[in-house]
Amino acid sequence: MSDISSIAPRDASATKPTRAMPTSRTGLIILAVMLITLPFWISYVGGYTDLASRVLIYALAGMGLNLLLGFTGGLSFGHAAYFGLGSYGVGLMLKYETHSTLLALLVGTIVGGLAATLLGPIAVRRRGIYFSMITIAIGQMFFFIAVRWNALTGGEDGLAGFSRQPIAGIPLGSNNLYYLILIFFGLGAAVLWTILNAPLGHTFVAIRENRKRLTFLGINVDRYIAISFSISGFIVALAGGLNALLDNFTSPDNLKYTLSGNLLIIAVLGGMRNFWGPLAGALVFILVQDYVSNITRNWMTVIGLIFIVSVMYFPKGILGFFGRRSRS
Amino acid sequence: MSLLQLDHISRRFGAIKALTDISIDVAQGELRAIIGPNGAGKTTLFNLISGFFPPSEGKIIFDGSEITAVSPAILVKRGIIRTFQITEIFLDLTVYENLRVAAETAMGLNLVPFMSRARRQAIESKVDELLDLVKIGGKADRIAGELSHGDQRVVEVGIALSRQPKLLLLDEPTAGMGDEETHHMTGLIRSLNKDQKITILFIEHDMNIVFGVADRITVLDNGTMLAEGNAAEIAANPRVQAAYLGQEA
Repeated sequence: MSDISSIAPRDASATKPTRAMPTSRTGLIILAVMLITLPFWISYVGGYTDLASRVLIYALAGMGLNLLLGFTGGLSFGHAAYFGLGSYGVGLMLKYETHSTLLALLVGTIVGGLAATLLGPIAVRRRGIYFSMITIAIGQMFFFIAVRWNALTGGEDGLAGFSRQPIAGIPLGSNNLYYLILIFFGLGAAVLWTILNAPLGHTFVAIRENRKRLTFLGINVDRYIAISFSISGFIVALAGGLNALLDNFTSPDNLKYTLSGNLLIIAVLGGMRNFWGPLAGALVFILVQDYVSNITRNWMTVIGLIFIVSVMYFPKGILGFFGRRSRS
Repeated sequence: MSLLQLDHISRRFGAIKALTDISIDVAQGELRAIIGPNGAGKTTLFNLISGFFPPSEGKIIFDGSEITAVSPAILVKRGIIRTFQITEIFLDLTVYENLRVAAETAMGLNLVPFMSRARRQAIESKVDELLDLVKIGGKADRIAGELSHGDQRVVEVGIALSRQPKLLLLDEPTAGMGDEETHHMTGLIRSLNKDQKITILFIEHDMNIVFGVADRITVLDNGTMLAEGNAAEIAANPRVQAAYLGQEA
């Protein structure tokens, strides 16, 4: 929404504000066209399709996390758990149970999402930093299980020996896999968008804004944070599952708190109050990782510097900075 | 017929007696002011009625049934809605969005994960109704946190009205407002009471407002009830003059 319409008096025919997600239809179409045609031009700008796939996966995970972080106000430091569970779910299914890539993805997503659904209600019983501490503890629990349970997970070496299988006879080369990931990215984004534009999403945002007010309208706030936690877990698990397909591999790194931190960086860097913020965050994060890690192993230092500068000078993130809305 | 009865209510916090032996009877449709110096126990009284904590002694009866130890969430559903001394609204959302989430909550829609056209229309008409009721439609698209203090309090009253209160508790609704804002708020309070037939209990410091607006006035001092009556009776009461009006004037 532009500044002008936000100060103009409202008349009965005016469009209702959708300020939580200020994305114009044109912008959305441009984004869709760019993503759909990406395999045809990516090499001309010095990239490659798998890199774009990685950006989409981390963007999806960041957007899933952001439902809880940016739109409900819950700071989780443990979402790697659900990413990792999704990836191990996919890996184990493909290795031991099925040749169906889609079934493996479904199982991985459900395993990770269910874990978030069951564990969220424990974390939401505490507030603020204690909530965050519990999410870390829960996340690390799965990390240590994966490291220790060598026979099943391959331990610290990670889980190899599976590969994505053709879907309906179509082999999943780089480009086809990219489109599969794009479809799930689109589905995930559509689910999040729909929720955020419905009473459920309005309730999440109201919790972020003023818990007390909502409590005294008769809302059981903890229950709704747990619901947000659960949905967020399902989306992040889906992203983790897609990541296992991209790598044909997963490891405890996908369950580790450093990944939880990276997902938070992606959301905050891109703009956590902005629906598409994590996409911008993932783009910067993955590109820096890819290009700078060719030059130095200390690529995280560069991310760290970008993050510090971003938080100090553009606290609303990349999209928040470029967004036209003023909120002083 | 009385809507709210406080029957010999007391409340202690440890050794401190915040309220002692208060009996108040608020009739259906009444506009009642609670006045008293700082520390008189006015907000404690609101906390008891809205279920923040129960009284140490005594009974509270609302709409024919006892609510002495009923939780705030249930009281909200029964129709006791309050505003706070410090305005509690959704600061980073627009006025429209503030009232929309309130309307959705009142309609019991919070769990609905997608918006159908019919539902959107039902919600919109409820929000428009609330905007009209508190007369803030012209600022619907403004961010609530950027509004004046007075307008923010009006938004808060709008949120409270979404629950269709039988009893509205307003904690210092005009505190910190300029003349014009105060005028708007008192007009709103009067119209909610006379036109919408909402029983209102409000805490107020400004004597002019109290005498101009309230049907009846209850005066608290030091946790006890000093007097009760209409404006003329209160103004003429020597105990009130000594304890309260004398200091103010």
